[in-house]
Amino acid sequence: MASIADFAAAQKPIYHQERPSKTGLMDWLTTVDHKKIGILYGGAGLFWLLIGGLEALLFRIQLARPDQHIFIGDTYNGLVTMHATTMVFLAVMPMIAGFSNYFVPLMIGARDVAFPRMNAFSWWTFFAGSLTINASLLFCGAFPAAGWTGYAPLTTKEFSGMPIDFWWAGLTLLAVSSMVAGVNFVVTILNLRAPGMTLMRVPVLTWMMLVIQFLLAFSFPPVAVGLILLAFDRTFGTVFYSTGMGGDPHLWQHLFWLFGHPEVYVLILPSMGIVSEILPVFTRRPLFGHHAVIFSGVFIGFVGFGVWGHHMFTAGMGPIADAAFASTTAIVAIPTGVKIFNWIGTMYNSKMTFPTAMLFAISFIPMFTLGGLSGMMHASPPLDLQQHDTYFVVAHFHYVLVGGALQGLFAGFYFYMPKISGKMLNETLGKIHFWVFLIGFNVTFFPMHLLGNHGMPRRIYTYPADAGWNTENLLATGGVFLMAGATLLFVYNLITSLKNGKDAGSDPWDANTLEWMTSSPPPVHNFDFTPVVLSERPLWDHKYTPGMEIPVPEQAEEIHMPSPSWRPMWVSASAGLIIVGLLTFSGIAGIPGWPLCIVGALGVIFSVYAWVTEPV
Amino acid sequence: MSAHADTLTHDSHAADGHGALSENNFLGLPNIKLAMWAFLGSECMFFGSLIGTYFFYHGNSLSGPLPKDVFSIGITSISTFLLLMSSVTMALGVDAMRQQKPMRARTFILLTAALGACFVGFQVVEFHEFYTEKHLIFAGPNASLFGSTFYTMTGFHGTHVTVGVIWLLIMSVLITKKKLVPGKEAVNVEVMGLYWHFVDIVWIVIFTFVYLLEFLK
Repeated sequence: MASIADFAAAQKPIYHQERPSKTGLMDWLTTVDHKKIGILYGGAGLFWLLIGGLEALLFRIQLARPDQHIFIGDTYNGLVTMHATTMVFLAVMPMIAGFSNYFVPLMIGARDVAFPRMNAFSWWTFFAGSLTINASLLFCGAFPAAGWTGYAPLTTKEFSGMPIDFWWAGLTLLAVSSMVAGVNFVVTILNLRAPGMTLMRVPVLTWMMLVIQFLLAFSFPPVAVGLILLAFDRTFGTVFYSTGMGGDPHLWQHLFWLFGHPEVYVLILPSMGIVSEILPVFTRRPLFGHHAVIFSGVFIGFVGFGVWGHHMFTAGMGPIADAAFASTTAIVAIPTGVKIFNWIGTMYNSKMTFPTAMLFAISFIPMFTLGGLSGMMHASPPLDLQQHDTYFVVAHFHYVLVGGALQGLFAGFYFYMPKISGKMLNETLGKIHFWVFLIGFNVTFFPMHLLGNHGMPRRIYTYPADAGWNTENLLATGGVFLMAGATLLFVYNLITSLKNGKDAGSDPWDANTLEWMTSSPPPVHNFDFTPVVLSERPLWDHKYTPGMEIPVPEQAEEIHMPSPSWRPMWVSASAGLIIVGLLTFSGIAGIPGWPLCIVGALGVIFSVYAWVTEPV
Repeated sequence: MSAHADTLTHDSHAADGHGALSENNFLGLPNIKLAMWAFLGSECMFFGSLIGTYFFYHGNSLSGPLPKDVFSIGITSISTFLLLMSSVTMALGVDAMRQQKPMRARTFILLTAALGACFVGFQVVEFHEFYTEKHLIFAGPNASLFGSTFYTMTGFHGTHVTVGVIWLLIMSVLITKKKLVPGKEAVNVEVMGLYWHFVDIVWIVIFTFVYLLEFLK
């Protein structure tokens, strides 16, 4: 029977590279290697996950007991705003970008993404955006405090200060980064597949990544427009969001949620993909209803553009719009249900094993389903009117985003880290992490359902002792400490495994897909030869189905590797200068900022010219 | 299954030489062209949001002037005509590049850039007239909702035309310096053409719905 040892016999490819890769820090600054950019994204995501968690810990301490005055007013609002902004844009999204950067090319048998330098540009623009948002603490001594949804006119100059300028500036950079990444990965997945990898043979995780790249490319422009209009209002004094001039507060809500709801699916679909990859490996079966899982993911992405109004049932859109958005929202339950039943079908009556990755993948299903069910309640406008802006909603989206998205990503870390580092994570620590996190998560967020039903509103920094909300709030705060402890344990496990972990080998899980046929960590060129794909589970069939072996070519392949480049960082920096120029347009301390816009624009033109004429 | 494997030998793939990074493609469409189509989809959402904002606020202005007071269809028709003609010269440029006639292509590319620049010039004159003579104000205490939405929407379109003109000029420099291989890299000119036609189409939408429909009835 064939085994993956066959691939080690392949001839090493012959390299062509215009300029050699640099070493040390310079390598990380100029790299265009999708694996290194993936590690940068993942590392940044983990860092911001801890920061966002710390922010949550602080405001949960404030809410632990009634009538406390530790973090109040704008400090509390700032913590809440930055907790959400950080978790959505700076923690979960870059972790997803990390997985998609590292694994999409590997899963489709490609050498890199379609546009390696554009990929580096996305990363540096993300990096600039993440620093810009948080820089308000440095320059203004305060966080933006208008909520992560930043409802205008609350964010106009009349009602908010300088920190909001950092907020729109940072988010605009993140939007540019995501749109460019979206275009890059759409092309990568559609065009760079190994020979024989027809669309239905593309791994489910890569499929979900394809769907979210479309969502990123098409849903960020509306919020970019909303942010630009906000920037114009704040910088130049246009009147888009001023109700006194005939402006309508609905405008921002439409532009924001037309982005905001597809964004929710950007956060959850990759985790669904990770679960769909892990379950078949540890049940030793193909994924039940493989095509249905793919099509339902595509359908979710598609319908995702037509449901944004359910965030606005209380905004007074009128009964026809309410009814339309209620029905489109209810439709989302169908493809989601298809996925859930297929995952259960995959596990049903199988000989499962339970490493930590599998535990997280299994617990994803009921936790996400709970969040999905409470979401279905919000599809009904009359129920939504009762629940809007209460802790019931907070419970709902944390079940989806923590119990769903984050648990899926944790599963991904335990499953894929051996490929990235070549070392296994510690299973004992992993299981402690899993159980403490799962218990902590439920202790935190389940009581919030009750709090919401008992009428506790969101976004208040304290509450009276006789409101009847004391026990649940104390429980919730206790649960956050459990989650924080578990997450720190996870980070400890991750770091120590790099040194002490058992060697993973190429294929530690006896898995199905192409990324496991190359060494761990993979060489710069990913594969010694381009694999030919004959089925949905190419590596499984290579190992266990006679006649379906992946052929190993006899002569060495010639490959062209992309060269390191400074140009992506130049373009990011120039684009950043334009944004900083707008941010300080009329000047700080008498020095006008508008010349920066001109310098930045010229910088973009110059560095793009240098980019296109640079030999690769 | 095995029949499928026979048709997909390594030899056919190794012919790409550059592995996954250059002309290798599964859909038979060059990467850069596919990327442009995806980007233009993204741009549709961008201009859709801007034009949507204009119509969301149409008639909401509490102070004048109103669209009918400022638009002059005659002048804008001329600039629209120039932009439409630039699509013709763009198409001729792309065609010349495909036929490996780089100098002819450069002539048409420069002609396209000139027509695009004329359009931007008309827009500058139009903005100046609206602002000084018709008192349609973009920002500040005298601004109106119509002013803010109109200047932002058409301004972003004008910016796109300007970016296109710069792109055309850079391309003509590359052709002059022979940094663009006529047959193989004709796709770069074609992709620039896609962008140019898209920007043109956006203007047709704006001219029809924002300008012309104002005078219906």
